[in-house]
Amino acid sequence: MHELTLAESVIEIVENAARQAGVTRITRVKLSVGALAHVESDALLYCCEVVSRNGAADGARFELERPPGRAKCNACGQEFMLDHLALGCPHCSAHEVTVLDGEQMKVVEIGVV
Amino acid sequence: MCMTCGCGPDAVSIDGKSLQHEHEHSHGHSRHSHAHAHAHSHDHAHAHEHEHSHDHDHAHPHPHDHLHSHEHGPLEAAHAPGTSAERIVQIEQDLLAKNNGYAQANRALFARQGIFALNLVSGPGSGKTTLLVETIKRWQQNGAVAVVEGDQQTSNDADRIRATGAPVVQINTGKGCHLDAHMVGHALEHLQAGQSLKHDSLLLIENVGNLVCPAAFDLGEAHKVVILSATEGEDKPLKYPDMFRAADVMLLSKTDLLPYLDFEVDAAIRYARQVNPAIRVIKLSTKNGEGFDEWMGWLQTGSRQARTSRA
Repeated sequence: MHELTLAESVIEIVENAARQAGVTRITRVKLSVGALAHVESDALLYCCEVVSRNGAADGARFELERPPGRAKCNACGQEFMLDHLALGCPHCSAHEVTVLDGEQMKVVEIGVV
Repeated sequence: MCMTCGCGPDAVSIDGKSLQHEHEHSHGHSRHSHAHAHAHSHDHAHAHEHEHSHDHDHAHPHPHDHLHSHEHGPLEAAHAPGTSAERIVQIEQDLLAKNNGYAQANRALFARQGIFALNLVSGPGSGKTTLLVETIKRWQQNGAVAVVEGDQQTSNDADRIRATGAPVVQINTGKGCHLDAHMVGHALEHLQAGQSLKHDSLLLIENVGNLVCPAAFDLGEAHKVVILSATEGEDKPLKYPDMFRAADVMLLSKTDLLPYLDFEVDAAIRYARQVNPAIRVIKLSTKNGEGFDEWMGWLQTGSRQARTSRA
């Protein structure tokens, strides 16, 4: 359950941002976690709600977008969507691929009042 | 977790001592409050606390609130009841940024001292500690070695390492499923305090037995080394691709048992390369010594590089 650790990071980041913005209440938190990042969406959202209690983000709505994985084949050079790290290039079956997108884990923005 | 230094939850301890005891920060507004909310809520009466509990009471009994806010575009969502319009604050901050900062600090320490640090990861029961003990015995003939041992509970593994004479610090993560760079930083302080972290030494960090969570957390190591034992399934690289992708080396261990098992070595290696084409594979056995020349050779090469970069 490293989602709990990640949720603690989320709450720390958003509480710091709220404090810097001079507000005490966060209504919405938008997260972006790539499809290839090792994170279980439901677990992360649940942990965010738990960790946010009694802080500025208590009761906030947590939104999670999961941008798809995208990779480029090192062999044939084609770009493609990648759902799973063990899947190779759909064009030439090579496994030497460079992941271009889909591994990020970040807080995008927050709504505050 | 403490906001100032990032101390982990109360349950984390190093050599049996809680991390919290070493960091008696006095800042009043920290997220310790959530951990103590039930027992001590009256102790944490921040000025805005009433507001929080008010919001809390309203948010949960009225789930249609959420539906309502979905009707608006994401940028104008969520007008909280009875408050002014929401304002957006752009953040774009990586969830692992803080861990990675601690990892960089550890890495800088290793670089300054010529230390070759490895993060050993595997599922429980792969024989990590036995492998460490055998590795330490061989390494001690030529150089210094220290160990950071991570487990949820007990100091059993550290005791086994200590029996070799190598300095070891035990981190107990409590409920935590992985080591993070901050815990390791504290463990390094302990080793330094005991004059046990020698220049140009080998540092072996044995992570919590778990093929999932430790993959995400950089500790500042030169390499992650994943251990897959022949008593496990050969398809573990496909089941836990993140870990095998994060590792630079896979030790395929307990090869002495292969005659008695259905484990297909070639398939295991093929699967590992499917998720990580560059992964180096070393087959070894602590029982009959197979592969140890290659493993020790790889360690010596890495250690030499770390030493040279210091000089």
